[in-house]
Parts: sequence; C-alpha cells; structure tokens
Amino acid sequence: MPGRKKRGQQTVVFDTPPTITAWASVVGPKEGAGPWGRDFDAVMDDYIFGEKTWEIAEYKMLRNTIERALDKRNFRPDDAELLLAGDLLNQIVASNFAARDLAIPFLGLYGACSTMAESLTVGAMLMDGGYFERIVAAACSHHYTAERQYRFPTEQGVQKAQTAQWTATAAGAVLLEARGSGPYIKAATVGKVIDMGQTDASDMGSAMAGAAVHTIKTHLDDMALSGDYYDLIVTGDLGKVGSAIARQLFVREGIVSPNYSDCGVLLYDREQAVGSGGSGCGCSACMLCGPLLKKMRGGELRKLLLICTGALMSPITAFQGESIPGIAHAVAIELW
Amino acid sequence: MQSPEQKLIQIERQEYEDLASQFRPKPKLARNLLWAFVVGGLICTLGQWMVNLMVGRGVSLADASSAASCILIFLAALTTGLGYYNQLGQRAGAGSIVPITGFANAIVASALEFKREGYIFGVGARIFTVAGPTLVFGFVVAVLMGLIKVFLTS
Amino acid sequence: MVPLYMAFLVGGLLCMIGQVVMDVTKPNITPGHILVGYITSGAILSGLGLYQPLVNWGGAGATVPLSGFGHLLVQGTLKAVEQRGLLGAFSGGVEAAAAGITSAIVFGYVVAVIFNPRVKE
Repeated sequence: MPGRKKRGQQTVVFDTPPTITAWASVVGPKEGAGPWGRDFDAVMDDYIFGEKTWEIAEYKMLRNTIERALDKRNFRPDDAELLLAGDLLNQIVASNFAARDLAIPFLGLYGACSTMAESLTVGAMLMDGGYFERIVAAACSHHYTAERQYRFPTEQGVQKAQTAQWTATAAGAVLLEARGSGPYIKAATVGKVIDMGQTDASDMGSAMAGAAVHTIKTHLDDMALSGDYYDLIVTGDLGKVGSAIARQLFVREGIVSPNYSDCGVLLYDREQAVGSGGSGCGCSACMLCGPLLKKMRGGELRKLLLICTGALMSPITAFQGESIPGIAHAVAIELW
Repeated sequence: MQSPEQKLIQIERQEYEDLASQFRPKPKLARNLLWAFVVGGLICTLGQWMVNLMVGRGVSLADASSAASCILIFLAALTTGLGYYNQLGQRAGAGSIVPITGFANAIVASALEFKREGYIFGVGARIFTVAGPTLVFGFVVAVLMGLIKVFLTS
Repeated sequence: MVPLYMAFLVGGLLCMIGQVVMDVTKPNITPGHILVGYITSGAILSGLGLYQPLVNWGGAGATVPLSGFGHLLVQGTLKAVEQRGLLGAFSGGVEAAAAGITSAIVFGYVVAVIFNPRVKE
C-alpha cells in the first residue's frame, strides 16, 4: 500500500507545505557577468575567494551562502536544525567542510547536478513529517574544482566540444520553515535513474534529457496536471543540446505546451563561450535562489516546477566506457 | 492506461540517439583542419629554421634536431606556464597537440593542476599522467623493434 | 638542408591527420590518445623503414610531431642493436631520445613549480 502522502507513481504531496522563508546565492565572476548578475546576493571577485585552493574557495562560498540565507531571517547557524547539502567533489567535501564550520546537524547528499532538488525534496519531507522546523537545503559547484576532477587540466590545450557545458561557480541555499510567509513547496517527484545509453562525457545534456522528461511526465501524470498548469517548467542543466532534445520528447510524450526553459541555457549570455550552456549543482541552485525565487516573491511567477538534472557517472566509469545514467527530481513551488 | 515509465522506455536507445544527434552541433571540420594545418606547420617550420641555422654553423643534423626539440619543449613549457598554450590549443586542436610542444604542454598542464597537492606526489607524480603512457608505448615498440632486429640478424 | 616550406607542409599534414581523427571519432579520443597514437605509429612506421623517407622530405616537419619521437626511439634502438646486440635493444632508444625526455620532464617540473594555473574567462 502506498504511503498516505504519496500520490501516483513517484510523487509526494505535502499536507503542511514547508515555506521557503529565505534564500541566498553567491556566484563566481563569470556568472555575475551573465544576464542575471544583479539577482544574486553576491558575486565573487575571483575564483579563489582569497583562499589557498579552489576546493577551499568552494566550501567557503557554500558556507557564506548558507550564512547569508540564515541572516535574512536574523538566524545564527545554530538556529538551524538540519543542513542538507551536496556538491560535485569526491566525498562531497565542500559540503562536509561547510557543515563542519557551521556546526549545523548535517546530512550530506549526492545527486550530481540534481542536488538542489534532492535537498529541497528531502528537506520538505522531513519537515512535513514533523521532525524539524528549520532546515537549510543547499548545493554548490565550482568550475575549477569540477574541471580538474572530471575533465582536463586547466592549462592543457584542448578544444572544448561544442556540446560540452560550463560548470558554474555558484552556490544556492534555501531556508525551509514550517511556518512563515513566502513561496511553499507543494509537491515533489523523486526521479528514477534513466540511462539512454549515452557515453560522451562532454555531452551531459543528451545523457540527462531522458531522465528530465521522464520525471516531468511522471509528475504531471501523478498530479493529474496538464503541462501548461505551471507558469514555468525549468530544468537544471540540460544546456542547449539537452533542452532541445527535451522539447522534442515533450511532443512525443504528449505533454501539453509547457512554458519551458533550462537554467543552463539561462545562466550565461550567448557571448560567454560556454558551449552548450551552464551545468553543475550550482547552476540550478543559484538560478533558483536568485532570479526564480525573486520572480516568485514579486508575483511574476506563481507556479514553478523545478527539475534538477544529474549525470550519475564518475571519471572512472567514463574511462571504462560505461554509459552515463541520468537522474532528475522535480520540486513544485507555488505561491499562496 | 500506459504508465509513463513504459512509454519513455519505449524510445529505443537508437531512436533516442538519432533524435539527440539532430541537436548536437557538428565540429567545424574545415575550419579545424585549416587551423591544425597552419599551426602545426608553423611549429614544425620554427623547428626546421633552428635546425637549418645550427647545421649551417657546423652542428651535426642529429644534434641540431635534438637541440631544436629541446628548445621547442622549453618554449611550450613556458607558454603553458604563462597560460597562453591552452588558448592556442582551443583553436589549433591537433595542430598544437601533435608536435612535441603538445607533449610538453600535456606534461606541464598535468603537473601544474596538482601543484597544491605538493611537489612530490602532486607535481612529481602527475607530471607523468600523459607523458607516462606516451613514453611507455614509445619504449615498448622501440624495444620490440630492437628484439626483432636481434632475432633477424642472429 | 630541408627547405622551410617542406617542413611546413609535412608537419601541417601530419597535424591535420590528427585533427581528422579527433573530429571524426569524438568523443572518445583525447589529446593523450593522440600523443600515444602518434608515438606508436611513428615507431612502427620507423621500424618498417617507412618513416625515414618522410624525414628526408620534411625534416623537422616529420621529426617535431610526436611520431618523429617514436622514430627517434626506434632508430636509436636499431643502431644500438647493430653495435651491442641484445643490450642495445634495451638501451638505444632512451639514449637517442634522452635530450627530449629529460628536457620535457625538467622544464615541465620547473615551470610547474614556478607558475600557477590561470583562470580562464
């Protein structure tokens, strides 16, 4: 028998929907120079953030973002009861180190670039379950830590594939509270791992588009909604290639004319030489915790479906020629 | 009613691949080839110019070639350190990978990236990420050829 | 002496072959594969006696590409085998290529110690 709050195949609907009372985003210089630069809370002057290594810069960026989100409600870190966060580094060290400094009880998550939706989903479930009243959900990525882990050394003369995406240097944090005013999380759909047999590590959009559409389709079916119910359906980081594929799949799957976009396409200007678009946990995290939630607060957007997409590969499986499985989680955020 | 899962899995991987490939920008082959030809050609010309200069002053051809290679390697290492070689590589592709300068670039780039992990197991070990396999294959084939020659002449 | 234009032509063509391989077989060919492929094919062609003509025409156009490095290794080995027999098979290659290998490692290390990776916009 399905759970009491479960709806359809993979969706949960919250009885007492958690409210997003505050949020913050910190981005790198390149992201700050993009079309949404003014919508982020802070733009870093450089990628090293005054630290010794890029890895330290990444965790400081995440810590700073979480502190900013809490500060908006005049909370100190110990006022938060739970931190849910993840990133792209091995053993998610950026999140681990940020949690060490903040001393908030911490559950680390890994969902590759889908982490922001994963942390929101888990956070909303734990809150609706009555376990916590104040939860921080966050995610971050850093271009130079991800690049050295997944791709080529920075100084190696390699032509970037046109399908390749640019890992965003960005962090986003959301404060969920059981009571308060702001947009609320109405429902969430936990995605399945979908493998479309793609093997090109420099074309993540193609690897993840199948998972994204699967989750969107499942969400709409589970909720008995039509595609045009949402003011905006936005995927995390499919990029130009992946979102073009997704649009085709919408038609195939009979999803009615959604107002659809992709954070990876939105984050940068055309002139910023980012190949197919932005990617990384930070890409969807900063777009949500910057322009998107800002538009919700302003009433421009009232119903948002955020689908964060992740490519669940490791450099080792990529070397071994294994295909790249994708995952996507959907979070429905609405205004009262 | 068909469940959505069944529907999506009905897209065969081949069909998905066909659909996806419509949206992938193709590499600009003609432009890439021209860049590779010109840049690769110019690097070799620089080498030849140095060889001719040295041979003209009485250096043996073998020594001149070795010296020219060393100078090219030095130049590539330096421009990599200064952050220019990778910009050249963005355009030139194989034109800056195939010459020995590309070998030097790969060595420096791998080492540089892991500087913060220390000078022994960071720089010292990573220096061979690309150089290692390259030398291994060179050595193995060379020794094999040598053994064949030993076998044939004995 | 090999004229400069011949070095340009031969070197350019060798690089162009690499570009074709990369663009046609993408994504699975990385620069590392190209380097390994060139040193290996250069060494094999050299062993079969097919690389020396290319060096005669193109000079540095054939010796500067990494296939020339493979050629150098094999020719060094073969020459040493003539002089020292079996031992030469194991010592000749590195002896011939010593300058290139050593300079690459030493310059590489020194540069890596002096410089830091730069951020790209």
